Amino acid sequence: MSAREDILNRIGAALRDAPAVPDIPRNYRRVSAMTAEQRLEQLVDRLVDYKASVFVVPAAEAAGKLAELLAGTASVVVPHGLPQEWLSALPPAGTDDAGSPAVAVDSPQRRLTVAELDAVDAVVTAAAVAVSETGTIMLDGSPSQGRRIISLVPDRHVCVLRAADIVEVLPEAVARLEATAPQTWISGPSATSDIELERVEGVHGPRTLDVLILQ
Amino acid sequence: MSGTFLGMPALPAYGHGNLNATEPFPKAAHRELGNAQLRANLGHATHTIRDKRLKVVAELPDWEDMRDSGSAIKNATMAQLPALLEQFEANFTARGGTIHWARDAQEANEIVTSLVRATGETEVVKVKSMATQEIGLNEYLEDQGIAAFETDLAELIVQLDHDKPSHILVPAIHKNRSQIREIFLREMEDVDPALTDEPARLAEAARRHLRKKFLTAKVAVSGANFGLADTGTLTVVESEGNGRMCLTLPDTLITVMGIEKLLPSWSDLEVFMQLLPRSSTGERMNPYTSLWTGVTPGDGPQNVHLVLLDNGRTAALADEMGRTALNCIRCSACMNVCPVYERTGGHAYGSTYPGPIGAILSPLMTGIKSEKNNSLPYASSLCGACFDACPVKINIPEILVHLRGEDVDSRRATIKVPTQMDLMMKGAEWAFSDGAHLGLLEKGLPLGRLAAGRDKVIKKLPGLAGKWTRSRDLPAPPGQSFRQWWARDHKAPDGVVPGTGTTNGTGTGSPTESEGGQA
Repeated sequence: MSAREDILNRIGAALRDAPAVPDIPRNYRRVSAMTAEQRLEQLVDRLVDYKASVFVVPAAEAAGKLAELLAGTASVVVPHGLPQEWLSALPPAGTDDAGSPAVAVDSPQRRLTVAELDAVDAVVTAAAVAVSETGTIMLDGSPSQGRRIISLVPDRHVCVLRAADIVEVLPEAVARLEATAPQTWISGPSATSDIELERVEGVHGPRTLDVLILQ
Repeated sequence: MSGTFLGMPALPAYGHGNLNATEPFPKAAHRELGNAQLRANLGHATHTIRDKRLKVVAELPDWEDMRDSGSAIKNATMAQLPALLEQFEANFTARGGTIHWARDAQEANEIVTSLVRATGETEVVKVKSMATQEIGLNEYLEDQGIAAFETDLAELIVQLDHDKPSHILVPAIHKNRSQIREIFLREMEDVDPALTDEPARLAEAARRHLRKKFLTAKVAVSGANFGLADTGTLTVVESEGNGRMCLTLPDTLITVMGIEKLLPSWSDLEVFMQLLPRSSTGERMNPYTSLWTGVTPGDGPQNVHLVLLDNGRTAALADEMGRTALNCIRCSACMNVCPVYERTGGHAYGSTYPGPIGAILSPLMTGIKSEKNNSLPYASSLCGACFDACPVKINIPEILVHLRGEDVDSRRATIKVPTQMDLMMKGAEWAFSDGAHLGLLEKGLPLGRLAAGRDKVIKKLPGLAGKWTRSRDLPAPPGQSFRQWWARDHKAPDGVVPGTGTTNGTGTGSPTESEGGQA
């Protein structure tokens, strides 16, 4: 008998008393009771608590703010689906004047290698949705967010989030996400509390997390 | 129930591997208690996490609603386990993943080894995982010539020190910063000799030590926190980013997951991803959670395997009183609130699963007669703090008592002559069966006072009862029993309720009370 059959048989025997399948109570909060403004304020509060840097600007100023945040950075990687207008204030790649970064685009046609990503200083991605109550930003691998590896290997992650994509509670975010998409849920920069439970930000993931929220 | 149920296996199939107390808990606890450094570290750590947990749990108005949901979801999972496993398998496989089934630790180790061999690699990077510790995977791989590198900071510390984890969430909870610095200086080849014991510097040393490993690794081994049956999705919850590295960079990913880790549906994750971080690290959310479903072309590992592990889980499931122990999501909240764990630490329990949950889970998975696991259900004062803290409401004290009963019954079956305990219980049965019997015994109380002597303390009891006085004194018994006092004190005039000065019929006393006094 295969291990599969064996184990399924064992479970069948273990459940010989045929336990009832209980009804699942779902009395916890599943929709937000907050205004958009309150959610934004709560998300900022949580992210700052996690030691992320947060910037809130009108959507029209996205490109200018990104150029400002990336000034002095030598190289940046972006996913191929990142909205073009966000990068419009950066001089074209290669010109390299005024301390502007070289921009590498990761795409299905040209996937950057691990070594190339390791040599890059920062990554700019969009986000799928964010949960204000827990300070969590979700990436789902869609073209504006890219492969999981590009938001992992560079030491600095600049994440651009539309204020309209901020929900309050986790069930609202789960309802928006596609389960089978490769996802990364991010709540602050990487951290450890393994030494005497003292929190240290910055271990293996990006040590710096900047969040740019567009209103 | 599943349609694949083919027959009735005769006996529960117990688990093997690192699930046993190899010496009786009282003996191991006695030794661990002698380690003053351990006790200081543990006291600090458990109290810190405990306070953080209380704070973040108090923030949520619907915490108890979420616990009710979590408990019901896990009970529903166990009741439909065969069907959910088959559903998970179908979904995971449809997306390019491969499922393997392992009856026990040995079979799981063999499967992982052959999968690693098939890649031609001799090194794997590892994400912290309870299941692989339970089956002793690292040691097995080492014997087969495959080096496994732990990448979680605490696991790295423990591995470098050739030690064992002592807490399921903070495995190096028993080491302080200066001990960790010494381990790094001694065991890390490329370490900066000027390394200080600042946690930030130590974490940076770990980053540098592991970075190259991550970027060149071809094979990773992980556990999983949850498997979602209706989508075939796996989840790993972590903080440092070592998990993301292992789950994203290598070509081959091998995950080992217990069969009980399933949740019926994707939306159930909304409950458990609120319960788990707040219960375990006392955070609103852990820094990183990764989710994957089979293979995503072009993104992450393209050779994806899952080993579904029994290793005694079906034996635990067969115990109708104990099966809810399988609902455990490994948050460790029960450990951090346990007055016994707080003092003895995790090593005293022997098993991979320490603390209150380990004291029930280990014997349920191995059978009560395995090695010294019958000592674990007694490693508790039954105070109930673990039940209060458990995010899925596992009634740990009730299962502890149930397993104590199993232990007594299992020994009665082998010993024919009545033991001292049997005789004492017989005596108690006689004494409590009739008020007159008890009254007779109570006349002996002054004798006990006599035995206690002038300092009113009994320091040594005879026979089996001597175990009690070996580590504590017994105060002298009172001069009279409660029943004697009651009878004496209630010889008051009819109708007066003693002690209150009021008479019956004026409102406070009741006829039954005064009747009780005369009985």
